[in-house]
Amino acid sequence: MLLAIDTSAGTAVAAVAGNGRVLAERSTADTRRHAEVIGPFLAEVLAGADAEAAGGNADPLTGVVTGIGPGPFTGLRVGIAAARAVAIARGVPLLPVPSHDAVALDLIEGGVAAGRFCVVTDARRREVAVTEYAASLPVPSVVRSARLEPRLGFAPDEGVVLYEVTEIPATALAHVAAARLAAGATFPDPQPLYLRAPDVTMPTGPKRVTS
Amino acid sequence: MNTDNPLVLGIETSCDETGVGIVRGTELLANTIASSMDEHARFGGVVPEVAARAHLEALTPTIEQALETAGVALADVDAIAVTSGPGLAGALMVGVGAAKALAVALEKPFYAVNHLVGHVGADLLRDDEGELELPTIALLVSGGHTSLLHVRSLTHDVELLGETIDDAAGEAFDKVARLLGLPYPGGPHIDRAAATGDPRAVRFPRGLTLPKDLEKHRYDFSFSGLKTAVARHVERMRDDGLDVPVADIAASFREAVADVLTAKAIAACRDLGVPRLLLGGGVVANARVRELAAERAEAAGVALRIPPLSLCTDNGAMIAAIAAQRIMAGHEPSSLDVAADSTLPVTVVQA
Ligand SMILES: [Zn+2]
Repeated sequence: MLLAIDTSAGTAVAAVAGNGRVLAERSTADTRRHAEVIGPFLAEVLAGADAEAAGGNADPLTGVVTGIGPGPFTGLRVGIAAARAVAIARGVPLLPVPSHDAVALDLIEGGVAAGRFCVVTDARRREVAVTEYAASLPVPSVVRSARLEPRLGFAPDEGVVLYEVTEIPATALAHVAAARLAAGATFPDPQPLYLRAPDVTMPTGPKRVTS
Repeated sequence: MNTDNPLVLGIETSCDETGVGIVRGTELLANTIASSMDEHARFGGVVPEVAARAHLEALTPTIEQALETAGVALADVDAIAVTSGPGLAGALMVGVGAAKALAVALEKPFYAVNHLVGHVGADLLRDDEGELELPTIALLVSGGHTSLLHVRSLTHDVELLGETIDDAAGEAFDKVARLLGLPYPGGPHIDRAAATGDPRAVRFPRGLTLPKDLEKHRYDFSFSGLKTAVARHVERMRDDGLDVPVADIAASFREAVADVLTAKAIAACRDLGVPRLLLGGGVVANARVRELAAERAEAAGVALRIPPLSLCTDNGAMIAAIAAQRIMAGHEPSSLDVAADSTLPVTVVQA
């Protein structure tokens, strides 16, 4: 069983059994309450999943999947911090997955996307985060990894269909990780895809207070 | 859960130190800290986004290191504690997210506690002095806060007497250091430069100490005017082509800060009839603040307590200590949906 956590858009938590069956799932599109809802969501999903495993209806937890963004930093960090904590608490590996991969898999499996397409999420400050894919299974192939583009005037290359979403499906995030594990594929580092340097103003020397 | 002598792991991420502490009741087992201070040095102050990024990187390694130091396993822990405020919002959220997840995954109770009360609770973990007596006045000063508290109980009765109405004292040290061409963080460098200076060279203003200010702000602090006065003084000297006597300016500035801090703290002890004063926060590293506090406390018949520096600067052990106090007093855990609250009032010991 895999537990998947993503806070790159709203907050999404899901537990998926080894056979792909969704055991428990909670999500909200709210982009302002990650640190609040992560607690109850995790408690409900883990309680449901642990009960299924205890009853012999599912395998025990074997990994924690963390959506590494891109996404607004403050919220994104909450889910990654939580996933890292669950992994050390349960003694299972952390499996980092770019959040857009989950959306891409959902679009391909749902028969929505085919050929070349891109997944777009809000990056605030009039920018969007864009990842370009080629439809493939079991794992979508990344044609161009995540980048920022101005929201106004951004158009994908010809023939590339754009899908903008406001939520990341945690179940699909778990499915991507399971497919990577099954294929023996590697996972990226568990670092957030910030795509932007921190906001800082370099000191220019003390400002005069007298004229 | 063991409620007589609980084993608590505490996480602190309110500013630029990632702290993880492990205590058993009032016994300190581990106090592990990763600081991002060096990353802020070139900016001359704590940059919130830089601090939050550093917390995420440091948190799980710091937890693992604390467990190793304490010689306990996560499964042995009775409760997970975290600072839920006050502090930098984005920084707090890293700790809160991780602490909730630890508690849920381990099926242990979760305690969200107040950072400032934690600073007072740090004193419980000392083994070099007798027990902390209450009530006490507590003066907590660091780069992030300057607060004067009346502590009647560490579990449920803490009152804010006053706080800074502009800069924290530590910020003033950083800004004056920059003005004098001294490195960040300003506190230790000003302290060093001041050692050979004359504290009476310049009489810098003492904020909120005039009779009319004392009516409304008896226990509040203000360092913005002091900082400007130092800047004005230095600029005038430079404009006149004079060499700036760094040691004298540093000593005079430090004297003004130490004077106001200790005068107001001792006044609170006198006014409220509380003959005890506790210092907390990074400022206890400042030699002159310690010296003047000791001098004035003795003259006023006030017993002064200063925990060791490793417990005074931000740390997770103090957070674990407060949670342990709450557990031993029979308080229920916090709800798993509590928010990181950057302005959590000091009257809320546990959120
Ligand atoms: Zn502090």
